[in-house]
Amino acid sequence: MAEHRRSLDRPSDRPADRRGLLGRRKVLGYLIAAPTLAVGVSWLTNESDPRAADAAVPSVPQPADVFDLGDLQNLAAAPTSGLITVQLKSDGTAYFAVPRAEVGQGITTAFAMMVAEELDLPMNKVEIALADARPELLMNQLTGGSNSMRSMYVPVRTAAAIARQRLVETAATHWGVEAGQVTTRKGVLSGPSGRTATYGSLAELAATAKTITVSAELKSPSEFSVLGKPRNRVDAHDIVTGRKQFAMDLNVPGAKPTMVARPPTINGTLRSINNLAALRAMPGITDVVGITHGVAIRGETFGQCIDAIQKVDATWGPGTVDGESDATVLAKLRAAQLPMAAPALPLLTKTIDAEFVFAFASNSPLEPDCAIADVRPDSAEIWSCLKVPIVAQEDIAKQLGLPIDAVKVHVIQGGGSFGRHLFHDVAAEAAEISQKMGKPVKLSWSRTDNFRQGRTHPMSTSRVRVNYLAGNVLTYEQRHTSVETDFGHGLGEMITAFAADIPVGGNLSFAETIFALTQSSPYNFGVTTQLLNEIPLKFNTGSMRNIYSPNVVCAEELVVDQLAAKMGQDPVRFRRNFLKDQRLLAVLNKAAEVGEWGKAMPKGTAQGVGVHSEYRAAVATLVEIDCRPETVNRPVEGEGVTGPRVTKAVIVVDPGFCINPRGLEAQMFGGLQDAIALALTSSLHIKTASRWKAAGTTTSTPGSGTRRWTCRW
Amino acid sequence: MPTHTFKLNGKQISVEAEDNVRLLWVLRDLLGVTGPKYGCALEVCKSCTSHINGKAFNPCSVQVKDIEPADEVTTIEGLPATVGKDLHPMQEAWLKYDVAQCGYCQPGQIMAAVAKVKQARAEGRDITDADLDELRNICRCGTYSRIREAVKAGAEDMGA
Repeated sequence: MAEHRRSLDRPSDRPADRRGLLGRRKVLGYLIAAPTLAVGVSWLTNESDPRAADAAVPSVPQPADVFDLGDLQNLAAAPTSGLITVQLKSDGTAYFAVPRAEVGQGITTAFAMMVAEELDLPMNKVEIALADARPELLMNQLTGGSNSMRSMYVPVRTAAAIARQRLVETAATHWGVEAGQVTTRKGVLSGPSGRTATYGSLAELAATAKTITVSAELKSPSEFSVLGKPRNRVDAHDIVTGRKQFAMDLNVPGAKPTMVARPPTINGTLRSINNLAALRAMPGITDVVGITHGVAIRGETFGQCIDAIQKVDATWGPGTVDGESDATVLAKLRAAQLPMAAPALPLLTKTIDAEFVFAFASNSPLEPDCAIADVRPDSAEIWSCLKVPIVAQEDIAKQLGLPIDAVKVHVIQGGGSFGRHLFHDVAAEAAEISQKMGKPVKLSWSRTDNFRQGRTHPMSTSRVRVNYLAGNVLTYEQRHTSVETDFGHGLGEMITAFAADIPVGGNLSFAETIFALTQSSPYNFGVTTQLLNEIPLKFNTGSMRNIYSPNVVCAEELVVDQLAAKMGQDPVRFRRNFLKDQRLLAVLNKAAEVGEWGKAMPKGTAQGVGVHSEYRAAVATLVEIDCRPETVNRPVEGEGVTGPRVTKAVIVVDPGFCINPRGLEAQMFGGLQDAIALALTSSLHIKTASRWKAAGTTTSTPGSGTRRWTCRW
Repeated sequence: MPTHTFKLNGKQISVEAEDNVRLLWVLRDLLGVTGPKYGCALEVCKSCTSHINGKAFNPCSVQVKDIEPADEVTTIEGLPATVGKDLHPMQEAWLKYDVAQCGYCQPGQIMAAVAKVKQARAEGRDITDADLDELRNICRCGTYSRIREAVKAGAEDMGA
């Protein structure tokens, strides 16, 4: 791999190349005036690759088939990605501050791979940092919608390729040879007569005094030595040694531990603190102030904050959903279900009517919501894991009464996210507290508040009606009804800004638009409609490892199994007969083969299969589950919950080009674990009034206090 | 304020703290030892798992006054030194299997795994799947399958 001969003309031999996403291409960028080599890139709009629906009994393509959420995000990002830069330092490392958040999904590793590939650098010479909030990026600083790789793959490689080319040209000029005689390998340039130079030694010489436009060529996939090969995480060593720093591990001067005593109902408000002096006199406590949704307590240790929380005597105002419970919410959902619209059908037609109820589910990561805030009279600085730091910066500036550029927002790596960090609730609260105390604070929510007051995936119902006749499915209707999902984190702004470019018409709400851009049935089920209706209950909601699909697709796949049974067909064979998506068919067949679909299983155990396609990826999962009494009722140490056990799973995924197969594998395993939990046990419930209870339950007392906390894992 | 002394990662240390402050906060907030993580403070998530005299425990649930001067507390930061290497075999196994995703629970996972292997060895046997089932440390990213592979590999490399 010492040399990369590049030709614009050689036709690509890979299917992916034909889509125009991955082929060798000439790319444009800028050499930016800087002390050492710095490259900025312009956005290159991905060619859209509408998938043909080659259905025998065709269903009209749904919007997400031709233009999905990822396309919306790419469209929104297009005008501003030119500001993405890769810098080469004089020590030979390439530095890229990625305008995205790393929360465990592995994007820092994938970005390092992209830079290493196009720059011909060893991975350990690539430094990936998370960019602070950059308002000039407008909407291109949102980590969500499974979009980071899709939106950044070309720009990041482009910047690295231009940097490499500039180094080659610089060396050639320096040595008085043709650029074609200079090769690159592992951060070293080589020329005729055995001349070599490290990248670092030419970093200053390669810099430009004024910004100029240049072009370069990206490697073709056949030349890849890094991309597409399994790589371990770039932060693995820091993780296993305990050195990886999360927000609460940062040492910001004066930022002492801070926690909040919260009202008993969701989004309840503080009316008065009745024992302020006593709280302030507690051991280790430095400050106590009332805030919108609680009593903020700052102290020498988090433990002492917890002790003080347990002593808070406050008068609370009502919250936003007082009086609601699982039962009242379900009744409202059912009342709001949109009607089915199936046309009148002949008498011989048979119908399946099904309804599925999905409980609220906490999207809380293991790391509790946390943020450091240092608010001064005329400026503020925030440290937190934020997937949409620009919106956080805007909102916090407004809240504090400061100009946007007076608020500096640092994006810190997160201990998971699963949708939670699309919102900046905890950062805004830290800012409120710091402003009121006039001191820096290190705010952590408690585990309990994380699921009681934090974001949840909304409760929903999915009704499905299918009409079928003589081996054909004539209509498939799905009516998804959900507690309102909050999209106040930037996706909503994208939709407003690009409404005219999105192929879903009418005056749809943000939520309906996102539903239409993400949901589509992969089956030839005749007249197909999938519609969303929301009820405006003000729970704190958000996505959770995807938005609607975990419920919508689950319901659809369960009905598909029912249909197969009614038609007397094996579930895999039925799907083969009705799938219109060839990539889904391929992953299904592979899963059936590897998972030995249909093999003899002991009584009380079974195989199950499901498929899903979204964000241009196709996945099939085959599981084996053990529901025998000796398994379901097995003793488990401590307070764990027993029940059926998934004993084997085969996941087959076609993600298109896979940048890091090891990272993908980790993601798929993680998704499987979440799916098992959600299907079998994991959920949030409100038994009475608007206070979360967790089913299955571990109850214990933190510290020696009297307040009982209920949590569930 | 009372002064507490104990051995932390091989060094005898002293720290001033109220008696009832849980050790996790003494480590994190007062001593700046941030490897053990806060996940629940209820001894449920176990992301703060460390060792006391070689056995796994959760500093979130032990008051600092209950730590004796002769007690040896080892956090993830001090684990390699217990075998006199840059990395403990269990950490090496974690790297080999690329176990981590976000990494928040992993220091606790590794400490729990080392203690579990030692416990089995003390009983004169190798680690079993039943032992692995007893590990209750939460990993929200869902890295459990790789954790199990890594614990078995790390156990082999830990020797007898």
